[in-house]
Amino acid sequence: MEDWRDLAQVLLNGVMAGSVLMLPAIGFNCIFAVLRYPNFAVAGFCTAGAFAGWVANVQFGVPVAAALPIAFLVAAAVGLLAEEVALKPLRPAGPLTVAIASVAITILLENIIRFSFGNDLRGYDLAILRDWRFDGIRVNPQQLQNTGYAIIAAGSLFTLLAFTRLGRAMRAVADNPVLADIKGVDPNRIARVAVFIGAGLAGVGGMLIGIDTSIDPLTGFRVVLSVFAAAVVGGLGSIPGAALGAMVVGVGEELAGVVLEPAYRTVTAFLAILLVLTFRPQGLLGGRN
Amino acid sequence: MDAYLVAMLVFAGFYALMALGLNVIWGLTGMVNLGLVGFFGVGAYASALLTSKLAWPMPLGWAAGATIAALAGGIMALIVARLRGDYLAIVTLGFAEVIRLVASNEVWLTNGTDGISGIPGPWRGAVTPQQFNLIFLGIVWTAVAIAFYLLSRASHSPFGRVLRAIREDEDVAAVAGKPVLWFKVRAFVTGAAVLGMAGALYAHYNAFIAPEGFAPLLTIYIVLALTAGGVGSMRGAIIGAIFLITLIEGTRFLAAAVPGVTPVQKAALREGAIALTLILLLRFRPQGLIPERTRTKA
Repeated sequence: MEDWRDLAQVLLNGVMAGSVLMLPAIGFNCIFAVLRYPNFAVAGFCTAGAFAGWVANVQFGVPVAAALPIAFLVAAAVGLLAEEVALKPLRPAGPLTVAIASVAITILLENIIRFSFGNDLRGYDLAILRDWRFDGIRVNPQQLQNTGYAIIAAGSLFTLLAFTRLGRAMRAVADNPVLADIKGVDPNRIARVAVFIGAGLAGVGGMLIGIDTSIDPLTGFRVVLSVFAAAVVGGLGSIPGAALGAMVVGVGEELAGVVLEPAYRTVTAFLAILLVLTFRPQGLLGGRN
Repeated sequence: MDAYLVAMLVFAGFYALMALGLNVIWGLTGMVNLGLVGFFGVGAYASALLTSKLAWPMPLGWAAGATIAALAGGIMALIVARLRGDYLAIVTLGFAEVIRLVASNEVWLTNGTDGISGIPGPWRGAVTPQQFNLIFLGIVWTAVAIAFYLLSRASHSPFGRVLRAIREDEDVAAVAGKPVLWFKVRAFVTGAAVLGMAGALYAHYNAFIAPEGFAPLLTIYIVLALTAGGVGSMRGAIIGAIFLITLIEGTRFLAAAVPGVTPVQKAALREGAIALTLILLLRFRPQGLIPERTRTKA
C-alpha cells in the first residue's frame, strides 16, 4: 500500500461490504438467540428475498427502495413457512437435527428458484452511476446507498428490540426462556417473530448483495460462509455482535483481497471463524456459552 | 443396461463407504459433520495428484488420501470438538467450501475448475471398460467390507461404548474418567480417514475430478443415506447407501417422465426431491430402516 488513501479505500470498501453482510448475519443470530439452533437456511432466505425483489423491480417496475420491503416480506414468509412446517416438528430431536434439516431446506429453496427462474444471472433495473471521487478515494454511490438501506434495516430492528414491548419479550426469551415463560411470554409467538424478522432481514441482505453484483439460485449460498463468520466473530446469538462481526469480516475480506487473490476472500472468513473459536469462542461481544 | 447397473453398484459402494465414515463421527459420537464432502474431496485430490504428478503407485495414493483427510479431520476436531455442536456444524460446512475454493483457484496444482483428468485406474486401458467396471466393483466393495468389519468391531468394543456414552451425555462420560476430547478427536480422525479413502477410490474410478463434483449436495446425500439406514448402525449405513442410489436413480426416471420441462428444471426437480426426502425422513422415520439396537434416546 503506497499511501494512506489506499488504506482508507480498503477500509471504506470493507465497511460497505460488511454492512450488506450484516443483515443476514443479524438474521442468523436473531434466530439463534431465540431458537438456539443454527439456521443454515438463511442462505435460501437470502436468495428468496433477492428473487422476490427482482420480480418486483424488473417485472413490475417497482423502484428498488420499494422493492426492498417486498424482499423482506417474501423472505420472512418463506422463513416462517419453513420453520412452522418443516423445522418446528423436529425441535424435540435436538438442535443438530434441525440444523441438518435447515441445510436441506436451503437446497430445496435453491431448486425451487432454479425450477422457476433457471440458472441465468439476472440484474436489477438500476441507473448506472459514476463513482464519486474524494481526493483520490472512490465511492460507488450505489454501494453507499446499499449501506444506507442496511443501516436503516438494522436500526429498525435495534429500535424494536430496545423500545417496544415485543422487543423486550424477545430479549427476555433469548436471555432465559423458562423465566420468560413463567412471566407469561408465549415462547412460540416469540419464536415465530424471531424467524419472521431473521428471515426477512436475510431477504433484504440477499437483495442488496444482488444489487451489488447479480443474482442466480446460488446467490445466498455464495455468501453463507462470510455470514457465519460474521455471526461467530461477533458472538453466536448476539445481534450487536453480528453487526460488529460483519464489519470485521467485511474489512478483513477486503484486506485479504488486496494481499491475496480476491477469490480467497471467503477463505479469510473461514480463518476468522477458526481464530475466534480458538482464542475467544464466545465471540467479540460474547453471547452465552 | 448391464454396464449401467454395475456403475450404479460402484457408486453405491462409494456412498456406503462415506456413510460408514459419517456413522463413526455422527452416528456413534454424535458430532455433526456437514462438510464431509470436503474430506472426500481432500482424499480424491491427494490421491489423484500423488499418482498422476508424482507417479506414486495407486494403493499408496489411496492410503495417502485417507491419511491426509484424517489429518485434516484431526486438526478440525482439535479446534472445535471442545465447543458445542453448532460450532462444529458451521466449521465443517465452511471447511468443505474452503476445499472447493482452493481446488478452484490453485490452478498450478489442481488445474482449477477444469479439473484433473487422466487419473490412472487399475488396469484401465488393458481391459474393456466393462471389465474395468467389474474390477472396480470388486475393489470398492472389498473396501466397504473391510471398513464395515473394522468399524463394527470398533463400535462394539470398549472404544465404541465410550463414543456412544459421549453421544448420550458428554458430562457423564467425563465424570466416568474418560478423556472426552481425545475420544472425539479419534472418532473424527477415523471417520475422516474412511471419507478420504472413499474420495481417493472415486478419483481413480472416475479418472476425472473437478471442484464442482464436491458440492454440498453430496453431503446431503450421505446424511440422507445414513438417516435412511439408521444413524448409529453400521449395517444401516450400507442399506442406506443402497436406498440412496435407488432414490437418486429413481428420481432420474421420474424426472424424465415429467413432460414439458427443460433439462435445468429436471435437475432442479431431482435435487429438490432429494432434499425433501431428507426432511421427511428426519420427521417421520428418524431411527431409519435398521434402528441401532443400543440406542437409548430416540
